[in-house]
Amino acid sequence: MDASLDLLLNAVISGLLLGGFYAAVSIGVAISFGMLDIVNIAHPGFILLGSYVAYFANTVLGMDPILAAVIALPAFYALGALVYQIYYIAFERRQDQSLGGLSFFFGLLFITEVGLVLIFGVDYRLVQARYIGPSLNLGWVELPLRLFVPFLVSMVMVVGLQLFLSRSFLGRAIEAVAQDQLALRLMAANPTRIKRVAFGLSFATAAIAGAILIIIQPVEPSIGREYIGRVFAICVLGGLGSFSGMVIAAVTLGVVESLTATFFGPSWAPAVSFGVLLVTLAVRPSGILGR
Amino acid sequence: MGSVPFALALVCVAAALFAVGRWLNISYAFFAAYVVVQYIVLGTAWNILGGYTGYVNFGITAFFALGAYSSVVLYKLVPSLPLPIMMVVGGIVAGLVGLGTGYLTLRLRGVFFSIATLALAVVVQTLITNWDFVGGARGAYVLRPRVAPLIGGDYIQYLFLLMLGLCVIALTTARAIEHSALGYGFAAIRDDEGAAEASGVPTLRLKLIATVLSGGFMGMAGAPLPYYVTYLDPSSGFSLNYAVNAIAMPLIGGTSSWLGPVVGAVLVGGLQEYIRVTISSAVNVLVAGVLLVVFVVLAPEGIVGLFRRRRR
Repeated sequence: MDASLDLLLNAVISGLLLGGFYAAVSIGVAISFGMLDIVNIAHPGFILLGSYVAYFANTVLGMDPILAAVIALPAFYALGALVYQIYYIAFERRQDQSLGGLSFFFGLLFITEVGLVLIFGVDYRLVQARYIGPSLNLGWVELPLRLFVPFLVSMVMVVGLQLFLSRSFLGRAIEAVAQDQLALRLMAANPTRIKRVAFGLSFATAAIAGAILIIIQPVEPSIGREYIGRVFAICVLGGLGSFSGMVIAAVTLGVVESLTATFFGPSWAPAVSFGVLLVTLAVRPSGILGR
Repeated sequence: MGSVPFALALVCVAAALFAVGRWLNISYAFFAAYVVVQYIVLGTAWNILGGYTGYVNFGITAFFALGAYSSVVLYKLVPSLPLPIMMVVGGIVAGLVGLGTGYLTLRLRGVFFSIATLALAVVVQTLITNWDFVGGARGAYVLRPRVAPLIGGDYIQYLFLLMLGLCVIALTTARAIEHSALGYGFAAIRDDEGAAEASGVPTLRLKLIATVLSGGFMGMAGAPLPYYVTYLDPSSGFSLNYAVNAIAMPLIGGTSSWLGPVVGAVLVGGLQEYIRVTISSAVNVLVAGVLLVVFVVLAPEGIVGLFRRRRR
C-alpha cells in the first residue's frame, strides 16, 4: 500500500476518534448554549478542572481516571447548579445576559485557570492507566487505545444524554425549556428549576470530558482556551440544540484537524476551528442541522 | 465642557504627571505608571465597543498583540522608524482586522461576535507562532535605545510620554463619542437593537465604526510593547491577563462613561502593582478576575455608578 495513502487513512481514523472525543467536550456547551441560551464560555475551564480531579485521584489514590470522573459527577452537578443559581439571580432575572453574563463566565474561566496554576503549577500533567500506550492493530490501521477508550466513553455519554432528554419526563421538560419558556410558565411549570437541573448536567459532563482529555494528551491549565474556539465552532456548525448535528460537526472538525496536523504540522491545527467558525457564521449561521 | 477644553485639561493633567515623574526621576515609577496608563487605554478602547454598544470583545489580546507584532515587523524592516509611526501602523493593522471580523459576525446576535473574538485571539496567536520572521515560538528581541529621543533621559520616559499622549487621545475620543450622534446611536444599539434598526439607526455601520475604533486603539496601545519588554514571545504577548484586565477595569469602574475605565485602571492597576511587590506575582493576576466576577454580580454599574446612585 502507498505510504501517503496509509498516512491519509491513519489520519482520518485518528480524526474520527478525536472527533468522538470533541463531542464529549462540546456536549456541555450544546446543552447550556444550545438549549438554555446560557453562553457558558467557561466550560473549557471546567473541563480542565475535571482533568485535574482525575489527575489527583490517579496519582494520589491510584484510581482509574474515568472511574474518578464518575465519582466526581455529583460534585460537578452541584457546582453547576450553584453557578446557575448565581447566574440566574445576577443576570437572567435582571435581563442583563449579554454584557454582564458573558463577563461573568469570562471571569470564571480566568479564575479557574489561575486557580489551577496556583495549585498544580504550569507543568504538563498526565495520568497512568492500562489502556494508555497499547493499540489495536487492524491490518493497515493502527487503533490506539489511548484514543479509542475516550471515543467509546464519549459516545456512551452522548447517547445516554440523548436518551435521557428524549425519553424521561425531566429530559422532556428540559427540551420544553429550550423550545418555549413562556409557554412553560403558562403551564405553571418553573423553568428556572428545570434550567438549574440542565445546567448542572452540562457542568457534570465536564468531569467526564476532563478525564478523557487527560487520557488523550498531557494537560496544563491554559490549554482550555484552545478548546473554546473548537467547542463553539462545533456547536455552531452542528446547529444549536441539535445533538446529532453536534456529533457530525465534532467528527468533521476532528478529521479536518487531524489531516491539517498530518500534512501541514500540528501547530496549525488550532487555526482550523476558527476558520470553520467564521465560515459557518458568515455562510450558514443556523448550522448544518439547525432548527 | 466641550471637547477642546476637555482635551486641554487632560493634557495639563498628563503634563503635570510627567513633570512629577521627571522630578522624582525613579525608573521603577515610570515602568509601573506605564502599565497603568496602558490599561487606561485598553479599558477605554474596550469600553467604546463593550460599554457603549453592549458588544463584548474577548479578543483584546489579538488586537493588542497585532499592534505589538506589527512594531516587531517594522523594527526588523526599518529599525530607525520613529515609534509614533509604528503606533499608527499598529493601530491601522488592528483596526482592519477588527473591520474584517466585525463585517463577518456583527450581523448576528452579539454572542456570536464575542465567540468569534475569543477564537480570533487563538488564531492570531497560531499565525504568529508559525511565522518565523517575527521569531515564531522562540520570540523576538528588540534593542531599546538607551537614551530617549527629543526629551533626553531614560528611554522608558519616552515610552511613558507616548502612552500618556495616546491615553489623552483615547479619552478625548471616548468622551466626544458620548456626547455625539454617534454615541446616541451606540446607546440605542445597546438598549434595544431591534428598535434602533426600525427607527433608522444604521446599526451595522455604527457597530463597525465602534469595532474599528476599539481595535485600533488596542493595536496602538500594543505597538510600544516590544520596546517596553525588549523580548516578546507569543505566550507573553497573548497573555490572558491583558484581556481580563481590559474587561475587568471598565466593568469595575463603570461602563457608562469615559471615567469608568480610568477609575478601574488606576484602582485595579495600582492594587495589582502593590500585591505584585508585597505578596506574589501569581496572586496579582487573580485579583482582576475575582474583582470582575464580584462587580458584575453585585455592582453592575461599577464604582462610578455607585457614586452616582448615592448622589441622587
